[in-house]
Amino acid sequence: MAKTLNDLKPGDSGVIISLQGHGATKRRLVDMGLTPGVRIFVRKVAPLGDPIEINLRGYEMSLRREDAKKVLLDT
Amino acid sequence: MPITIALTGNPNCGKTTLFNRYTGSNQYVGNWAGVTVEKKEGSIKYDGRSVTLVDLPGIYSLSPYSMEEVITREYIINEKPDAIIDVIDGTNIERNLYLAVQLMELGVPLVLAVNMMDEVRARGDDIDCGALADLLGVPVIPVSARLGEKIGELLDTAIAQATRPKARGVSITGNITYDSTTQAAIDRILEILLEQEENAGLPLRFFAGKLLEADSRAEEPLQLTEDQRNRIEEVVSGYEKSSPYGDRETMLADARYRYVTAVCGKAVQKSGDEGSMSTSDKIDLVLTNRVLAIPIFLFIMFLMFAATFGAVGEGLKGLVETLFDDLISGGVSRLLDYANAPGWTYGLLLNAVIGGVGNVLSFLPQVSILFLFLSILEDSGYMARAAFIMDRLLRKIGLTGKSFIPMLMGFGCTTPAVMAARTMENQRDRRLTIMITPFMSCGAKLPIYALFASVFFSSHKSLVVFSMYLIGMVTAVISGLILKNTLFRGQVAPFVMELPPYRLPTISSLLRHVWEKAKGFIVKAGTVIFSMSVLIWLLQNFDFHLQIVTDNSQSIFAALGRLIAPVFKPLGFGNWQAAVSVLAGLVAKETVVSTMSVLYGATGPGALEAALTGVFTPLSAYSFMVFCLLYVPCISAFVSIKREMNSLRWAVGTALYTTGVAYVAALLVYQAGRLILMT
Repeated sequence: MAKTLNDLKPGDSGVIISLQGHGATKRRLVDMGLTPGVRIFVRKVAPLGDPIEINLRGYEMSLRREDAKKVLLDT
Repeated sequence: MPITIALTGNPNCGKTTLFNRYTGSNQYVGNWAGVTVEKKEGSIKYDGRSVTLVDLPGIYSLSPYSMEEVITREYIINEKPDAIIDVIDGTNIERNLYLAVQLMELGVPLVLAVNMMDEVRARGDDIDCGALADLLGVPVIPVSARLGEKIGELLDTAIAQATRPKARGVSITGNITYDSTTQAAIDRILEILLEQEENAGLPLRFFAGKLLEADSRAEEPLQLTEDQRNRIEEVVSGYEKSSPYGDRETMLADARYRYVTAVCGKAVQKSGDEGSMSTSDKIDLVLTNRVLAIPIFLFIMFLMFAATFGAVGEGLKGLVETLFDDLISGGVSRLLDYANAPGWTYGLLLNAVIGGVGNVLSFLPQVSILFLFLSILEDSGYMARAAFIMDRLLRKIGLTGKSFIPMLMGFGCTTPAVMAARTMENQRDRRLTIMITPFMSCGAKLPIYALFASVFFSSHKSLVVFSMYLIGMVTAVISGLILKNTLFRGQVAPFVMELPPYRLPTISSLLRHVWEKAKGFIVKAGTVIFSMSVLIWLLQNFDFHLQIVTDNSQSIFAALGRLIAPVFKPLGFGNWQAAVSVLAGLVAKETVVSTMSVLYGATGPGALEAALTGVFTPLSAYSFMVFCLLYVPCISAFVSIKREMNSLRWAVGTALYTTGVAYVAALLVYQAGRLILMT
């Protein structure tokens, strides 16, 4: 089922279908390796509920929820 | 012939460790022209050859969106280094090779250094660098910068690449193979670019790729006719239609990553499963734990604050002050006695020269301790976690999680606090943070509050002092909101941040960091603060006829005070003594109180308090306190602001902004207070 990265709970994972948006933020996400077909594992949520920490391509990354909403995943 | 080798790589790839290995103490640290991105260069003799190494900023890609990335690519394209060593973190090879592929597209002589091989082995992974070199078509050397493994071989290879006869034209380094659609589109654009002779000499392969991914900066150096532009546009739209993602930027990044993944599939063996917990993950179970993260963070902050501004830092600061005030000043004064020197030389040498230098050097212990802590946090990987933990809180006022540390340090002293803003990669975040850090009430302002609160508000002393700190914080928050929506509008940097694995910082790297900061502070801040101290001493001790004054009220400084005093009338303290004290506060905030005591001719305990009650009302005293809290920070803070912003304009702007805010706030306090008290 298609969800956004923002909908995932810690411990969940999914495969990227596509990225929405444009410009600097999207390019940064793509440059960091969030490309279609890549598996993302949600590691944890920051103590104040935002941002979230994810694992992909063997490393840890953090992004804000508003950006996570732009990542469509197949779970 | 001397050769130049540039080092590139992702942040946290060990690039700087490698750079330090090669250059030792032969380093020049500065800024890239016009921006606050640090530039490091070092020259060495190697094999009888002079080699200049340039440490480029840590980046993830060559996109046009971040200043660091633009600097790197413009340096490579315009300055044409003889070779590039791209440092790759072997423990995170896919994402690191993504940058390498973009460097290969640039067509510059390239060597890949797969770093952290010791960690790769410890994990039980295996990287076949021979296979990697064959697949990519560029030399690949496995190294460990931390242990110094194979770094000689790496430099030999880079020099060999640099001195090899250069292939001209459109060739790229190595043999990148994208999927057939991407490849065909790039080739088609390349053909169009080649029609124009003026374009020869540029890395056209790189530009063809950049045009395909809609890079706005790529077109600038190219000569294109209207017709060529249209034909390129056609190729691009055809390319976009060929994929369900329908967006060229994603498509090309995807093509690069797919190439990288294919290469890694053949040359890299990972042991164990991806889901297992690493040591770093286990540390993070505690340090970024939902419940524990904030208490631990606050504890670390407390520790850092207490060490810098508490017993240790203050003790060392006191030691430096004693050294200057008693030993050096005493010695020089005896020397002057012996030489029968004229009276004014005492003032100039003791107060201005030794006092000024002592004033600068007394900051040194605190700057060093703070930077020791910051380096530990940075090198260990905790700084990224701190930003992760605090981001939500600070985002609302337009800042990021990393702004917390400079702002907290601002309660101690603005000078090192502003320097701590260095830890922010983004220029916008750094500037905004620096502009509001001075509102955090620094330690030197406390004597002012203490004096006025005890004279005018003796029954609510601590409440009044606390209200100053609160007003400072509220002003910072409001300023953040205003600046975010005006000066910095639309410049939002994506908060997409790597959380690097925890690593034990090495002593040598920590010491180097602290030394760099301390040296920079002494040299640059020292010269300016010193000359400003001398200037202000002259103003305080001479009249307009350049005669030495015996009475302070006759000096140029006092005349200036009289001149500006009317400006402060609406704030409730329009007397010249208050105005001069405010001016004296520019040297250091501590001097506000001492200047007042001189100007009001206060001798002996209690005299100043008595004099003040004659001049100030409780309301104008409070207004004066608010003004002192918010107005332009002292000279040494101003010099740090100028240094960290790398712009006199921004520093002056910050000074004017803070003073403007102080004026408005004190005006509001005094006038509103009058209205309320009258009714």
